[in-house]
Amino acid sequence: MSLAISLRGAVKRYGAVTAVDGLDLDVPEGTCVGLLGPNGAGKSTTMRLLTAQAIADQGELEVLGHRLPGDSKSARALMGVVPQLDNLDTTLTVEQNLLVFTYLYRVPRASRRDAIERALAIANLGDRRGSRVDELSGGMRRRLLIARALVHEPRLVLLDEPTVGLDPQVRQELWALIDRLRSEGVSILMSTHYIEEAERLADTVTVMSHGKAVAVGRPADLVAEHAGREALEVYGAPARLLEVESDARERGWPTRRTGTSVTILRIDALNGELPAGERRVATLEDVFVLLTGEEIA
Amino acid sequence: MIGPEPRVRRLDRAALQGVLVREVVNFGSFWRSSTFSSTVEPTIYLLAFGFGFGSLVSKVNGLDYVQFVGTGTVATAVLFSSVFPGMFSTFVKYQFQRTYDAILAAPVDTEELVTGEALWIAARAGTYGCVPMLVAMAFGLAPAWGMLVVPLIAFMSGFGWACFGILVAAVMKSIDNFSYVTSTVITPLFLVAGTFFPISGLPEWARIAANVNPLYHCVQLVRHAVFGFQAEDLWHLGFIVAFGLLVWRLAIARMERKLVN
Repeated sequence: MSLAISLRGAVKRYGAVTAVDGLDLDVPEGTCVGLLGPNGAGKSTTMRLLTAQAIADQGELEVLGHRLPGDSKSARALMGVVPQLDNLDTTLTVEQNLLVFTYLYRVPRASRRDAIERALAIANLGDRRGSRVDELSGGMRRRLLIARALVHEPRLVLLDEPTVGLDPQVRQELWALIDRLRSEGVSILMSTHYIEEAERLADTVTVMSHGKAVAVGRPADLVAEHAGREALEVYGAPARLLEVESDARERGWPTRRTGTSVTILRIDALNGELPAGERRVATLEDVFVLLTGEEIA
Repeated sequence: MIGPEPRVRRLDRAALQGVLVREVVNFGSFWRSSTFSSTVEPTIYLLAFGFGFGSLVSKVNGLDYVQFVGTGTVATAVLFSSVFPGMFSTFVKYQFQRTYDAILAAPVDTEELVTGEALWIAARAGTYGCVPMLVAMAFGLAPAWGMLVVPLIAFMSGFGWACFGILVAAVMKSIDNFSYVTSTVITPLFLVAGTFFPISGLPEWARIAANVNPLYHCVQLVRHAVFGFQAEDLWHLGFIVAFGLLVWRLAIARMERKLVN
């Protein structure tokens, strides 16, 4: 299968900070890859590398067969980008925002009208076409931001934290939209720190930490490999949790903190008597915390 | 993908068009305030100086003072309607609206972005620049064929000042620092340009300084367009073009450094 995105050993430094530190990343054509990592892992820098708004210090970067940064303009013509921060023109109408982008993305004159209608349908904003952006709700603005990236029917879409800061209803609506794109065969790279988002939408997930890929695979495989089948949540007062944690450490059991509880992982494979708690199925979140660390930098 | 895979090159017409269309569509929502400030301010200067000073000084270099100022404030209108949009709207789009992030994610490079923005500002300056001249005509400035090239002079001059403004926006870290540039660069250039008084009456150092002021060359060229071209106008034109080319390349280089990192 050919690759929509291929990064080999990408390095990006900002002064003393290495934001991307030898990243390998593949997005096979027609798949959705989730770039999962905590804040500061280098996800947004990776996204900027792919549009050549940041230039890598080292590494080989290829998007849709075009080498970056040299051929990045050709690559950008074929992809759509949904930024993390809303940068719509707020004094323009929905339709005007889309019109501007049909020009920026070089949609031929004869197809412009259709492209705008199609984008309006995708965003489900047909009856708000004449509304100014600053009159729209947060969810509508986000749908427009996605539709704007699709006016030229790109083969690849970059989504940078597409649902950050939105309520659950809006988030589900956007998931449905992204899922439809995926089913239409568009290649997608989506950065997120929402585990559920990656689990639901991504064919494969690349877990990033400190600028590197620390795990790559299908969500279910990653869970099986790194967190096992079952986990045990032990609840209690903080002192009790510390006790459970140190006890588990002595026995060599893998644990993670979950704020109000301590989770003992891989309990199906452990010997010895487990403390009282609630059994549950292991999740991608367990993998995420195990691989990217519990401390907040 | 709609249509064939586009061929891309430097200073692509399609990319420039994209940047310009965005500006033109946006202009629809703020043209009133923009047109108001760009035309009313120079007109107030024209009327204040024209009638204020005009009552003291009747003739300057053989011209009625109102005609002298009326042609001079064309350059003022050009300056105000190009350098300030260059500085402020560039900074706002870069820093606060993040518009340039969206544009550079499309097949548009910094070179095209800066060029498109400057061309659009220059087109506006070419239009607004004519307003003081039209006002002066209402006060007796005689029509002349040379007036037809005034929009072109205003456009070329405006392109340079737009690029100068973009350059300032690219260099400055904060919008508050713009006042340093306004006070130390723009105001002196605006005053020592032969707009309100001829530079021939100034001390020698100020006359030399005026000769490296691109605005002075715009003032001279406009005045001569209205009252008759002279051989020295090639020098004025050459200076305006050279200034425009220099700040255009500088603005691109500094914006590239700011936007792509």
